[in-house]
Amino acid sequence: METVMSIIIGFFFAIGTYMILSKSLLRIILGTSVIGHAVNLLILTMGGLKTGGPPLLGLKSTSSFTDGLPQALILTAIVINFAVTGLFLVVAYRSYRVLGTDDMDQLRGNEDE
Amino acid sequence: MINLMILLPFFFAVLIPFLHRLFNNKLHIGWFILFMPAAIFTFLLQYIPITQAGDTWTSEMKWLPSFGFNFTAYVDGLSLLFGLLITGVGTLVILYSIFYMSRQREELHNFYVYLMLFMGAMLGVVFSDNVVVLYVFWELTSISSFLLIAYWYQRRKSRDGAQKSMLITIFGGLSMLAGLLLLSVITDTYSIREMITQVDSLQEHILFLPAMILILLGAFTKSAQFPFSLWLPDAMEAPTPISAYLHSATMVKAGIYLVARLTPVFGGDAVWFWTVSLVGIVTLLYGSWNAVRQKDLKALLAYSTISQLGLIMSLLGLGSAAIYFGYGDESKVYAIAIMAAVFHLVNHSTFKGSLFMVVGIIDHETGTRNLQRLGGLMSLMPISFTITMIGSFSMAGLPPFNGFLSKEMFFTGVVNASGMNIFEMETLGMIFPVVAWAASVLTFVYCMILVFKTFAGEHKPEMLSKPAHEPPIGMLIPPALLAMLVVLIFFFPNILAKYILDPAFISILPDYAAQGGLGKEISAWHGFNTELLMTIGVVLFGLILYKLLPKWTKIFNWYPQSMTFNNIYISSVELLETVSDDLTKKYMTGYTRDYLAYIFAFFIFIVGGSLWLFDGFTFDMSNNSPVSIYEAVMVIGMIIAALIALFSQHRLTSIIAVGALGYLVSILFVIFQAPDLALTQLVVETVTVALFLLCFYHLPEFRKEVSKVRFKFTNMLISAGVGLTVTLLALSANGTRLFETISGYFENSYALAGAKNIVNATLVDFRGLDTMIEVAVLCIAGLAVFTLIKVNVTGRGKK
Amino acid sequence: MKPNDILLAAVTKIAVLIILTFSIDLFFSGHHNPGGGFIGGLGIASSLVLMYLTFGTEAVNKLIPVDFKTVAAIGVLIAVLTGAGSFLFDAPFLSQTYGYFELPILGKTELATALIFDTGVALAVIGSAVTIILSISEDR
Repeated sequence: METVMSIIIGFFFAIGTYMILSKSLLRIILGTSVIGHAVNLLILTMGGLKTGGPPLLGLKSTSSFTDGLPQALILTAIVINFAVTGLFLVVAYRSYRVLGTDDMDQLRGNEDE
Repeated sequence: MINLMILLPFFFAVLIPFLHRLFNNKLHIGWFILFMPAAIFTFLLQYIPITQAGDTWTSEMKWLPSFGFNFTAYVDGLSLLFGLLITGVGTLVILYSIFYMSRQREELHNFYVYLMLFMGAMLGVVFSDNVVVLYVFWELTSISSFLLIAYWYQRRKSRDGAQKSMLITIFGGLSMLAGLLLLSVITDTYSIREMITQVDSLQEHILFLPAMILILLGAFTKSAQFPFSLWLPDAMEAPTPISAYLHSATMVKAGIYLVARLTPVFGGDAVWFWTVSLVGIVTLLYGSWNAVRQKDLKALLAYSTISQLGLIMSLLGLGSAAIYFGYGDESKVYAIAIMAAVFHLVNHSTFKGSLFMVVGIIDHETGTRNLQRLGGLMSLMPISFTITMIGSFSMAGLPPFNGFLSKEMFFTGVVNASGMNIFEMETLGMIFPVVAWAASVLTFVYCMILVFKTFAGEHKPEMLSKPAHEPPIGMLIPPALLAMLVVLIFFFPNILAKYILDPAFISILPDYAAQGGLGKEISAWHGFNTELLMTIGVVLFGLILYKLLPKWTKIFNWYPQSMTFNNIYISSVELLETVSDDLTKKYMTGYTRDYLAYIFAFFIFIVGGSLWLFDGFTFDMSNNSPVSIYEAVMVIGMIIAALIALFSQHRLTSIIAVGALGYLVSILFVIFQAPDLALTQLVVETVTVALFLLCFYHLPEFRKEVSKVRFKFTNMLISAGVGLTVTLLALSANGTRLFETISGYFENSYALAGAKNIVNATLVDFRGLDTMIEVAVLCIAGLAVFTLIKVNVTGRGKK
Repeated sequence: MKPNDILLAAVTKIAVLIILTFSIDLFFSGHHNPGGGFIGGLGIASSLVLMYLTFGTEAVNKLIPVDFKTVAAIGVLIAVLTGAGSFLFDAPFLSQTYGYFELPILGKTELATALIFDTGVALAVIGSAVTIILSISEDR
């Protein structure tokens, strides 16, 4: 399973990257979301999959637990991801309102050239 | 206690803006600050009995104990000498500045905040035993000096001078940091005291020489040694109290302090001996040579400061030979150079401080510092004239002023050094007395210029913007006090030597600690010896040169202007600006896509490259868990969702596809025994999709991506590269276990935190700080969103 | 915004009740079972958002007159203060502790300072999430 997960994580990364490199702001944001999922899965996979029951000491049925630490990390990451996506969306929305375009090629800082 | 004393100026720096706001209309805020350095001065006096008995005093304040960085205040003779100088001269300078800086016209709060910053930093430099702390304070002096030089920031010359001093001293500071770190790598300690105890094993180390050179770069740039001296004349753009304080009495002596402080570490080494003394003696000659040609009084004093610093530096270099010999009669003849250095350090602060202040008075009361306009002020400003005469004659090395004593000792030092039989001094030793004598002649000449071109000759009132007169008494007191010291030290040098100089001397040469000093009385008269003859020669030749001044100064014009170090500096700064500008324009295209492409390419390069380079790729499937049918279905579903998100031409489809991907991930979390994650992911995904749907309403439909095939191809290449790298990384991470897992600790969550949910216990207890900061980030994001939407920012783009 | 979909309104009334109950349960059970500040907070936030979307901003504001930016700030403040509170007991920053108490009705109950911290987390999550969504949806 770990090997399958590794490959699929790489696949998600590739798709996310391609979306981020596109011109539409919405696509870029969706791309970051995809990469966010991939990262969470990557952390989980690196901790080892299905090595025991859920990390709840109250459960009587199992004696071994999956690694709780990556899960705590991912939990943080999910929430932060949400906040970042919200911020991205609003920046995109706002810049579209103000500048009238969501095309990355027209959104350039440099006035010269 | 002493640590807090050192930090006192910083507290004052915080208070000053409030004081300024409250009192500036009624009172000069300098009066509030005046007592503070005086208090520290008095406080430091109580340490004199300790250092005089040969003892030291330390007191530690923890800063970053886990890194070994602690603010250890270390009081010994040397640091006490500097501490007294800093606070003593500081008190006088503040008193002087109260009259010099106008309450109505100047931004006094800025001035005094910078000054307090400097004073605290300088005290920190001299009292820190920890090299890292020393470095921090060292750079703080550079920064406050920068701010003070640029105090009249409306003037272009001030800004340029400040920038120049900043570039040069910070460069030196950084290399000093490197040197100090090398030294601490060798000795495995950050404490200078502990470094000194390891001297024997130090000198064979391969990093010894690089460390020494780097540290010396720091000392030379700070103390304006040749060829780094070019920042000091431009630093004269600062207000005169600052020039008197930072750029003659204290900050520029930080380099001297460093060399003196590290003499027990590096002394006795041939490279150290030659570098320090040669650079010093060349600076001495260079400074005095250039001082003669100056027309501006402050510039003249700046070059004279450079030359005097060179003198002290060369003495420290020559005296370091005493370490080579250890304690004994043989070393005593060289140790006298160290004594001379310490003595001259004090003397220089007294006479140069008073001279700067008088020049400030002249500038203040006549409106000019130009020698061609000044003259004949003797009868109009008799007190200033007297002070100038005392200061200048002392600098020229004439009796009955303290400069005579230390100048004589300087001659003794160089004459003794020329007879040295180590470090190839047998062949080259004669350089020192000859250069020293020539430079002293020039020193004599510019001292005469300073006194007589200003005060004697014809008075030209039409050239002055104000009628010349004596300043208010408060402005005269500080230089007059220093001038009195100049005379007092001449008559009672041994009192100073016993309480201040000898303790400082034994901090530089610890071999003499048992004897409590050099064990030699300082006296004005010791018969008709070489030194006296040299002095008489200086006076005679100096008088002749001064009389013939107009005849020979033409040779200054021979030297091509384009070849000066100043011009080299200016052109190199310009070159740096244009080159970096061009380079930046090459890759900063303004397209976000390009920047992202750089980032991703760099990621592939670094991660993939290091995997390949360190042979990190391992592939091991033996520990794999089996793939069940549910998981297979999930994975296939996720792949389909991702592909739809990528290829869909409609934004709604894309959004829903990404949402579906998120839900599938949360189901995967269930399968992988992560109930907390599954729940969170489920809720977050719902809210996120709602968010997307709310926003997409406002955003335009996808356009067909019409871009060049080349662009698409690079994008694909980069994406595939990133994907491949991550896959390889994940596979290798699964294939290897470098460290024991630490999750066992967290399984004790019930015993440690009373919680049965390991994930939650980790979040709120074990890693509570992370969660706290995360919550703060979340709150900031919420506020940022609110601000972006609600606050109406008018963009400069087209509506 | 003033949506007037009767079906949606009817469903929401029930759904919000269920979600809120479930979220609060999740929040309190976080110490021993799946749940905790993040999940509970997000659940409450989503139920609030649902209410806002169905009944309109003005109606809900009358019902819950709270500024959610303040809620987020209070949450962060609580989290920081629980951390700083450990200084009073001469313990390192953010030390948590717990104990067992006899409470009326509930009987022997475990109370942990971590719960106060978690409350801060939950409040911050609620505040931020609702602020983000409301800001966007209100802007027309």
